[in-house]
Amino acid sequence: MMGRKALDYEELNENVKKVQYAVRGELYLRASELQKEGKRIIFTNVGNPHALGQKPLTFPRQVVALCQAPFLLDDPNVGLIFPADAIARAKHYLSLAPGGLGAYSDSRGIPGVRQEVAEFIQRRDGYPSDPELIYLTDGASKGVMQMLNAIIRNERDGILVPVPQYPLYSAAISLFGGSLVPYYLEEEANWGLDLVSTRQSVAEARSKGITVRAMVIINPGNPTGQCLSEANIRELLNFCYQENLVLLADEVYQQNVYQDERPFISARKVMFDMGPPVSREVQLISFHTVSKGYWGECGQRGGYFEMTNIPPKTVDEIYKVASIALSPNVPGQIFMGLMVNPPKPGDISYLKYSAESKSILESLRRRAQIMTDGFNSCRNVVCNFTEG
Amino acid sequence: MRRFLTDRARRAVAASLRGATRPAAPSPAPAAALSRPSPSAPSAMAAYMARAMSTSAAGTPPVSLDTINPKVLEFKYAVRGEIVTHAQQNLEQELHKNPESLPFDEILYCNIGNPHSLGQQPVTFFREVLSLCDHPALLDKSETHALYSSDAIERAWQILEKIPGRATGAYSHSQGVKGLRDEIAAGIAARDGFHASGDNIFLTDGASPAVHMMMQLLIRSEKDGILCPLPQYPLYSASIALHGGSFVPYFLDEETGWGLEVDELKKQVDEARSKGITVRALVVINPGNPTGQVLAEENQKKIVEFCKNEGLVLLADEVYQENIYVEDKQFHSFKKIARSMGYTDDDLPLVSFQSVSKGYYGECGKRGGYMEVTGFNADVREQIYKVASVNLCSNISGQILSSLIMNPPKVGDESYESFMVERDGIISSLARRAKALEEAFNSLEGITCNKAEGAMYLFPRLHLPQKAIGAAQAAGAAPDAYYALRLLQATGIVVVPGSGFGQAPGTYHFRCTILPQEDKIPAIISRFKEFHEKFMDEFRDVSRDEAPTGATIESGGD
Repeated sequence: MMGRKALDYEELNENVKKVQYAVRGELYLRASELQKEGKRIIFTNVGNPHALGQKPLTFPRQVVALCQAPFLLDDPNVGLIFPADAIARAKHYLSLAPGGLGAYSDSRGIPGVRQEVAEFIQRRDGYPSDPELIYLTDGASKGVMQMLNAIIRNERDGILVPVPQYPLYSAAISLFGGSLVPYYLEEEANWGLDLVSTRQSVAEARSKGITVRAMVIINPGNPTGQCLSEANIRELLNFCYQENLVLLADEVYQQNVYQDERPFISARKVMFDMGPPVSREVQLISFHTVSKGYWGECGQRGGYFEMTNIPPKTVDEIYKVASIALSPNVPGQIFMGLMVNPPKPGDISYLKYSAESKSILESLRRRAQIMTDGFNSCRNVVCNFTEG
Repeated sequence: MRRFLTDRARRAVAASLRGATRPAAPSPAPAAALSRPSPSAPSAMAAYMARAMSTSAAGTPPVSLDTINPKVLEFKYAVRGEIVTHAQQNLEQELHKNPESLPFDEILYCNIGNPHSLGQQPVTFFREVLSLCDHPALLDKSETHALYSSDAIERAWQILEKIPGRATGAYSHSQGVKGLRDEIAAGIAARDGFHASGDNIFLTDGASPAVHMMMQLLIRSEKDGILCPLPQYPLYSASIALHGGSFVPYFLDEETGWGLEVDELKKQVDEARSKGITVRALVVINPGNPTGQVLAEENQKKIVEFCKNEGLVLLADEVYQENIYVEDKQFHSFKKIARSMGYTDDDLPLVSFQSVSKGYYGECGKRGGYMEVTGFNADVREQIYKVASVNLCSNISGQILSSLIMNPPKVGDESYESFMVERDGIISSLARRAKALEEAFNSLEGITCNKAEGAMYLFPRLHLPQKAIGAAQAAGAAPDAYYALRLLQATGIVVVPGSGFGQAPGTYHFRCTILPQEDKIPAIISRFKEFHEKFMDEFRDVSRDEAPTGATIESGGD
């Protein structure tokens, strides 16, 4: 009777075995071993700024430290080490989170923070945003997983993913048993989108019996660093409209733009600029995070997704999935609130916040240029400029 | 070359436009027991968005109810289900707008194990340490000593030393910061008296994601079954459904204080196997949720033996290990039991789950927890690592808190005494509340309630009169859901119907937390009693001798 054990390798879920996630794969593990042996290793494998010496911004850390220890707010000495606007902001978030940081919030995230996100989106894009359709998540990755889980029914459901891609997408598609339908970015055209070849990919997939359900864009790109032009985004929105695809817009690097020719424009803004029918029909999910930008707060696991043109009953189902996880972590939610609603001119902490942010962004811009030039100066290496 | 490609592309596009098919609709989703509430009160914004969501000229939208993953449609999670949504969305609004219109002035959420939302205070020492780790720059200021206790400062230094670069904003190792895992392992070893390794720890955003990971690993198809207790915490049924597996229930015995009998386990395993199901694992929740029983050591040994004999992975949900309210019971981890029986790492695959959300710390919102994974081959552990790595890592603050709860202040530490006062205060208060509510429920006609030996809940049984059952059916609701809704409408008390947890067929229960603050308990008890007595009066089954005239039959509903 005792043959295979339940967790023998052979008995594992095939979908798990198929997953590959190179960012923390073999090479990384070998590097970690070497580091333990005393070798000096510089990790440039993962977008993890603080691990490489980038300092956290001061203001959010002050606010969250106060939220963690609300009893400090009653202490007469608190003003000695915390500025007044951080104290005020901590009180603001504590008022939005009854029970404080230790209580499960609404499964979609604290309503007041989602409101702040909606206001940010409105300021950024010039179109109103509904906080009810914004869900905070433990990092953008969790949101991506939830959406792909909702979309993928079986191996005949295909998701269009850019190649090269951030391997979260291939891993998640594998885990959920779907099919990855690659579309190739054009290295010669600065990793530009080529809709002709994308249509080909779709046609090929369909000929194999795959129902292509969604298209992922990563803008600015990972790993490729290109920023999509407005024209490009219009093209692909039309494409999604014609082909009846959900657009999954991974926009986590929107703060990381290192050239001025192609600033970041959100897919949502372009969609609304285009007006109906595209603005009414295309189903869009937009993702953002506190892990990138100039914040780089990867360890907090703070993110959100915003749904546009998703039917209410589907939203209910997505809420249901969110509710089994109970709630996203509350400190991460507060980081998100602070990121979308940072100190303003006139605030006590504004100058410091602004100086810290600028310094990080300018340094990233310089390093982007230096590294690109560096790679291009090597024989047999050609490197596109990292626009973002 | 380019022209060739363009021509080919043009032809392909033309072909795809001609032959484009709509996504195939999956088989219809099972009808929900109660209707779904609408997500939110309409607003101008929602109306605008609703117009934007009108059906596409292109046909069925790609993500609609017809086309989403049917496994998502199938599962339920009652802890935040219907009754709760009604309270949160409709009744809270009513209270706000027309406070006079309702027979209560506040809604009391007794549906979810969320202590801080009901006034429980966080443990000061833990929060001091977390605060310092969130803003390490504080450690460089001398004024910090005026605001934080010195052992909290010391501990924060120690923790930051374990984090590379002291960068709490950086992704850690995908299993969690090594130094923190080692600390947790030391805590486990101190608790159990048996060795534990940091390499076996996977720190996760709460225990729930760890449970999902194991289900992901274990479930290949609907032919893979997971043995779960009934009643159970519905994370398990939901996770199994989401991963496409089969839920294989084993019934806890209400008559014997929710006892877990190995005979029952065997019976269920055999039955499942006879239906072609490969049973992969056994879930045990100890202390139990919703049932609150603490397993006896002998019982645990038999369970371990059973898993060994049947080749099952033992999934030990031990998140309530610090919530024990009776003198004659103690928490024994399954790992300790297995090791004490002589089973080593090679003998028994065992996954033990712990969380920062429960205990005396109740830090639900932090999303901290871990699983200790023992008894697996290296190649399987690699796969677990791989799945963990896709999410990069769990939140660092939660990782730190996990290490704190497994290594709290010790005798001699500056904060020890105040820590113990807080800890004992919370546990003893929980014990008192558990007792008060249990006694209250048992004092009522038509309710019997097992003792809450541990955890945070009572799961009273409703012996509902036939009339009440009839009324529920007429309303299209499960009888306990009907009762829970009536309770809510009359008293503002939110509980979760037993049907959300599973129960023996023909029995009805509800789960009520013991978490409202102690000073609110008397009011809750009296409101509940008043409602229940009226409910029983309304629906009491009468004997033929007392056959009522029309006048004595009360009209329904509050």
